[in-house]
Amino acid sequence: MSSVIAIQNLEHAFGKERVLKQIDLEIKEGEIFGLLGPSGAGKTTLVKMIVGIMEPDSGVVYVKGEKVPSFNLMKSVGYMAQSDALYQELSAKENLDFLASIYGLNKKERAAAIQEVLRVVDLIEHKNKIVSNFSGGMKRRLSLAASLMHKPTLLILDEPTVGIDPILRQSIWENLRKLKEEGMTILVTTHVMDEAEKCDRLAMLRDGYMIACDTPTNLKREKGVETLEDAFLSFGRSKQ
Amino acid sequence: MNVSAVMMRIIRQFVRDKRSLALLIMAPVLVLTLIWLVLDGNEYHPTIAVESIPAPLEDRLHDEFNKEILTKTEAEAKEMFEQGKLDAYVSIKDNNPFILLEGSDPTANGAVMQHIQSAFQVTQSNSTDRNLTVEYFYGSENINLFDQVGSVLIGFFVFFFVFILGGISFLRERTQGTLEKLLSTPIKRWQLVTGYIFGFGIFTIIQSLIIVFYSVYVLDIWMAGSVWELLIVTVLLALTALTLAILLSAFAKNEFQIMQFIPLVIIPQVFFSGIFNLDTLAEWIQALSKIMPLTYGAEAMQEIMIKGKGILEIWDNLVVLCMFAFVFFVLNLLALKKHRRL
Repeated sequence: MSSVIAIQNLEHAFGKERVLKQIDLEIKEGEIFGLLGPSGAGKTTLVKMIVGIMEPDSGVVYVKGEKVPSFNLMKSVGYMAQSDALYQELSAKENLDFLASIYGLNKKERAAAIQEVLRVVDLIEHKNKIVSNFSGGMKRRLSLAASLMHKPTLLILDEPTVGIDPILRQSIWENLRKLKEEGMTILVTTHVMDEAEKCDRLAMLRDGYMIACDTPTNLKREKGVETLEDAFLSFGRSKQ
Repeated sequence: MNVSAVMMRIIRQFVRDKRSLALLIMAPVLVLTLIWLVLDGNEYHPTIAVESIPAPLEDRLHDEFNKEILTKTEAEAKEMFEQGKLDAYVSIKDNNPFILLEGSDPTANGAVMQHIQSAFQVTQSNSTDRNLTVEYFYGSENINLFDQVGSVLIGFFVFFFVFILGGISFLRERTQGTLEKLLSTPIKRWQLVTGYIFGFGIFTIIQSLIIVFYSVYVLDIWMAGSVWELLIVTVLLALTALTLAILLSAFAKNEFQIMQFIPLVIIPQVFFSGIFNLDTLAEWIQALSKIMPLTYGAEAMQEIMIKGKGILEIWDNLVVLCMFAFVFFVLNLLALKKHRRL
């Protein structure tokens, strides 16, 4: 499998605080890759650099062999930010329609795409509801739908299930697995261990360092522990 | 207990927000200083021209105006009115004193009339009764302070509200994360800013229409020029306000901080945009007015409304407004570069 994302020697600092230190990472085509780490570990910063909305102090990010940022890439990358980037005054449909037109879909394609992504996140009957009346979970699902509008081949999700109940979380993961089967590469950040377990491969991030990167099973085996949590703590200790 | 807890929390928040604290203290100081600068200006000395008037009267006028008095023909005087270099022309017509006032600035009109009346009072005592004829080059004796100030205020309100609304809505785009989301799509930075300009453009045209028509037809403000040409000026002014607001929203973290720009950006422009006569002020203050968009907008409005000039005669003001808008637009593109290099 070829690599979809290749990160080389990425460094970044906010003022004096170094948030990313010597990050090297490769993400392969068709996998669900998890970025695991506590809040403040640098997950969001790293993700924004892959998306191309933040520039690293040094190091490079390649997506599908192309250097980030590139307009060409933006057409095939879906991004769901940590905050629900939705226009509260508009309806679900209007929000999606707006994004779809920016991706250059024509009227017919837009209508079809809206119907399709709303079906995926199970929001069809709320299509015409104003977003400010949505519950937190519905907004999260709509954000996911918004990042799928242009049928991206790489999907980047920053804490997609934060603040979401277990049932909904389950259904979002089912969606992700389905998208993976359709050939999508998915990068997802999380600080929840049982979610990390569901990823094909995993990078553990702590204080801006990448302390480990492998499949969940291998990570546990390497440290001879039962849970990812123990593995994370163990890797953290050995790094210090 | 609850009250003091809330109070303490607010005090803490305020102390952390050094900028708002500085605003609370510095803004009133700034505004008061501006009022002082403007209202404490020296007495206005009008420039007048005379033609064929008796020597004693000319001497008397000379003493009264405390300034050199020009000798011009009526035609020459009118030409000077056009160039804004003369406040009044005094001569004798049909044996009666004839005064032609420039007319567009009530302050100057008042100053001229005050001096002329006292000059005539002295001369009148030892001559026959005279009939003073006063005519206006621009406007008429009906032109009042509102007519003069109103033209500026229309421009001001357009500028003010577009600034506040534009600033807050772009700020929302930043705070609710949609700006970031948008920048992860293939949209170009200029497309985003231009979209804002057109989106708001529609509302500013409606706003301008309402304000202008209300002022002209309801408030019966002095309107010598064309309403449609006036609309062009207000829309250009709104465009400048919007591009400036989007730019400054990059330096605000919340709606409250947008409000903080009012005393810093909006109010100073009011003082220097023609409501008050700036001719008597120090040159550095006059220079200050040259960097303010509202100065050019307000001048264009006054020229159209009071002097009845056409768009072609005030094109220089409009060009400057367009340049302001263009510069702010480019700066916006650069400010967005902070988020995405492309």
